[in-house]
Amino acid sequence: MNPVIAEHLFKTYNKGVVTAVNDVSFEVEKGELFGLIGPDGAGKTSIFRILTTLLLPDGGNAFVDGFDVVKDYKAIRERVGYMPGRFSLYQDLTVEENLNFFATVFGTSIKENYELIKDIYIQIEPFKNRRAGKLSGGMKQKLALCCALIHRPSVLFLDEPTTGVDAVSRKEFWEMLKRLKQQGITILVSTPYMDEATLCDRIALLQSGKILSINTPEKIVESYPSKLYAVKAKSMYELLKDLRIYTNTESCFAFGDSAHLRFKKEEGNVEADVLSYLQFKSHSQLTITEIKPGIEDCFIQLLSN
Amino acid sequence: METVIQTKQLTKKFGDFTAVNEITFEVFAGEIFGFLGANGAGKTTAMKILCGLLKPTSGQATVAGFDIYKQPEQIKRSIGYMSQKFSLYEDLTVYENIRFYAGIYGLRSKQIKEKSEELLERLNLQDYKKKLVAELPLGWKQKLSFSVAIIHQPRIVFLDEPTGGVDPVTRRQFWDLIYEASSKGMTIFVTTHYMDEAEYCNRVSMMVDGAIEALDTPSELKRIYKANSMDEVFQELARKAVRTAD
Repeated sequence: MNPVIAEHLFKTYNKGVVTAVNDVSFEVEKGELFGLIGPDGAGKTSIFRILTTLLLPDGGNAFVDGFDVVKDYKAIRERVGYMPGRFSLYQDLTVEENLNFFATVFGTSIKENYELIKDIYIQIEPFKNRRAGKLSGGMKQKLALCCALIHRPSVLFLDEPTTGVDAVSRKEFWEMLKRLKQQGITILVSTPYMDEATLCDRIALLQSGKILSINTPEKIVESYPSKLYAVKAKSMYELLKDLRIYTNTESCFAFGDSAHLRFKKEEGNVEADVLSYLQFKSHSQLTITEIKPGIEDCFIQLLSN
Repeated sequence: METVIQTKQLTKKFGDFTAVNEITFEVFAGEIFGFLGANGAGKTTAMKILCGLLKPTSGQATVAGFDIYKQPEQIKRSIGYMSQKFSLYEDLTVYENIRFYAGIYGLRSKQIKEKSEELLERLNLQDYKKKLVAELPLGWKQKLSFSVAIIHQPRIVFLDEPTGGVDPVTRRQFWDLIYEASSKGMTIFVTTHYMDEAEYCNRVSMMVDGAIEALDTPSELKRIYKANSMDEVFQELARKAVRTAD
């Protein structure tokens, strides 16, 4: 039995007015790093709270490590690690006191599982007598991860661990996750950053409580339904405006220093045609190249369905 | 080119900690200027000084032609400010928020009426005029929040991580508003953690440990650091940081 199983989960709020989770099913395999990718309001946190037994679903079933999230909630709480999106450690306890507290609650000690957290803990150990509330964002994040790991959970739930974190610290955090995965821990992580999707073994793309697609990042990219082009010009704003009103444009979005373009019809020399149109519109420094789509391209395409 | 922000060796110390260390740069009218740096690099402190909210320890700066030491009130009237954390009043309606901000920025009743109708129409929010802001989706809130931040047509608007948490389509729609404002001559000063957004800027500065480590157009920065993307430039520069983040 897979360590995480969600079957047709439903959750509504405000007496059914808001549907947060809408028929969500997925499974996470043992030792897998599985990502729930989607913007705020996609339902990521509700799914996490259901799986960690903090919220009752309105419909569907879910199992963690073989236990039912409703009936066997106590067994689940003993064996999972959960790092919520909002920092939820004790601000007025020190780093070491927080870690000790969580170890004691789970009937273990720092010493017993030190090996598991060592890599991460040594980075904050110099500040072990500092109160958690006085730590920097990056250090808080590391402490929270240590506290979620101290009882050697079989499944680790990380709800948006990298939101609001700069690009360098985000990268470091994902490197830590990779090492934890090597230790056999199953990890379910959520993120609004599409570029982090490729770091997961498998992902579910979520929007408005529904799963748009679920697969390995490579397979999701492969299933992109058409060719995709990157168009560059001197003035991005003008380029976007002109491409959007072009007759053969299916969709056009800004991506870094270029515009990603899909055509309605791939007949004749579409590249030359759009270039001459743009030249006519007095654009300069024009280039067009066919490119491989990224996860963000796929997400945008799935949203338009 | 007309300069709208000019700083010279601008420095802010908190005790013996130098949050902002002798930064010198210029921002031009109509420019989209990306102000990047890792958490704790000093971006927020620098931005507070430029908004007239915090006195620097030393150095000079003018914003919209006003001196940050002597004319902070004039600065506040010439700029707009939006951040994801602090923006709209959730328990006021869409219309009440617009009216409130317009009033704060000193618009007269007649102007407020005209401006709010125009804004509601442009954002397609007419049907939501009397809805509480709390009921709007995040993406709409961000667009509304940006629009009220520039309702008094400031010379410069400061955007502090304006696009966190929204889906990729909504995030791009937000950038359409930024491009539009900039094409009308407004200066945009923006911070972001999305490195692809750094590429949308005309010029980008990178702060490391309180100092400006690099400042140029995205294409020039990529050339200098032999990088394929702004993310690579950022990784290269931010790793130089010595002090702990945040």
